[in-house]
Amino acid sequence: MSELMGSLKMISNGSVLMYILKGVGFTIGIAFFAVVLGIIIGTVLALARNYCTKGWLNIFRYIATAYIEVFRNTPLMLWIFIGLVFFPSIEFSAEFTKFFELSRTEMAVLFKAIVALVLFTSSVIAEIVRGGLNSIPKGQFEAAYSQGFNFFQTLILIVLPQTFKNIVPTLLSQVITTIKDTSYIANIAIAELMGKTFQLIQIAPRYTGFTTQNVSDVFVLCGLACVIYFAINFTLSCVVRHMQKPKKRTAPAAAN
Amino acid sequence: MFDAEKWGLVWTHRQTFIDGTISTLLMALFGLALAMAIGIVVGLMATSHTKPLRAIARVYVEIIQNTPVMLQALFLFYAVTFAGVKGFSALICGIIALGIYHGAYISEVIRTGIQSVPKGQSEAAYSQGFGQIATMAYIVLPQTIKIILPPMVNQVVNLIKNTSCMFLAGGAVDLISRTNAFAVGEGTGSAAGQGYIIGGVIFFVICFPLSMLASRWEKKLKARDVATVTVRKKPDDVTDAELDMIISGKGGES
Repeated sequence: MSELMGSLKMISNGSVLMYILKGVGFTIGIAFFAVVLGIIIGTVLALARNYCTKGWLNIFRYIATAYIEVFRNTPLMLWIFIGLVFFPSIEFSAEFTKFFELSRTEMAVLFKAIVALVLFTSSVIAEIVRGGLNSIPKGQFEAAYSQGFNFFQTLILIVLPQTFKNIVPTLLSQVITTIKDTSYIANIAIAELMGKTFQLIQIAPRYTGFTTQNVSDVFVLCGLACVIYFAINFTLSCVVRHMQKPKKRTAPAAAN
Repeated sequence: MFDAEKWGLVWTHRQTFIDGTISTLLMALFGLALAMAIGIVVGLMATSHTKPLRAIARVYVEIIQNTPVMLQALFLFYAVTFAGVKGFSALICGIIALGIYHGAYISEVIRTGIQSVPKGQSEAAYSQGFGQIATMAYIVLPQTIKIILPPMVNQVVNLIKNTSCMFLAGGAVDLISRTNAFAVGEGTGSAAGQGYIIGGVIFFVICFPLSMLASRWEKKLKARDVATVTVRKKPDDVTDAELDMIISGKGGES
């Protein structure tokens, strides 16, 4: 019982709580960043895979297809490790790294992991966008052409707005997945929630007053991380479900 | 890249990659068996007429789907190890963690599959004197299998990709972790690029045919859906978007 008290004492410690809270900030920030960049890259990939079908433009289609299939069929971990070894080290300015309270080497490692996450996420989002593009009826294109729109005008003014409107729920569930995927960054850097939880388990004896880690430390720390992840993701999935509820479904049915 | 010496280094350490592939496949195979068992039980619970069973299934699915698999694996491994259990290997822990995690996703696939069969079908079966179990076995499940196959295969791909979840807690057991151990290892570090290529290619060779199979089935299914859309009306408790997501396998990534 005293072990449990020790573990609880640890997480009621202000600096430990602050440490975890900063991890939550990193988790949300990284996921948001990855999804936003992923939407941009993913849209380009999806358009290339879907519409580059003439002559030499086919090259772009092959590249986009290869990119999507390669990233979709290999684990994120692989890309994080590859990134760690092969991505260029960016020298961040001291003020920038100080803002995130990381050392410059930590920041460089974290940056590589984030790049890997962005590359991975963009391949998944590309397939989501492609699904959205394919769900737009051909008549939309034909109608736009008949009104004198050219291909790019049709795409930007007619097709893409409808596509994005349709895929918002799927994109939001991708945010949930990405938040969970950020935990893989813990393998190489200690910045986000998972990494900090892992780190705290290692150094738990410093705060609990015991000489070794106890089972209760694991339960309390992992439990807290679980609760935080759950709170964020469950809120998001409730939003997704709310959006997917059939709207005005009953009205046309009654009219029939 | 085409340095024969470096590729030679990979070849001399081929046992690393073979062992990694074997343990990744072992984890995936047993993890999948466990996930299927959990998924079928929980999926049936979620569609049963008993409220407490449905509630339990819901809570299980929500908790597991909304937390990362790495955290679950770490939790399981440390909780058991610090409790003083000897011989709890990372491989076994990985199998259990993957089974629990993907069991939740598979149960959702099965639930949506069952609910996509119109209620009239089971009502008709009941009126013909079929029992609840017989209705499930003869009427409902045979119809769901085609619908749930593509998302199920996608789950298998995700499961294989998630075998690397034990790295943090248990050390290098799976292919990716061992590839990384090779790539950062002393003496082999110079061939890191070649190592990653081999590891990645093995993964791709395992996962790509499965993904292709899933998307081919999915396309077939959609073509059939269009053909029958006028005949069959979907029940109200499954939304179009939900069914779409489940069919396309987007109803849950990794």
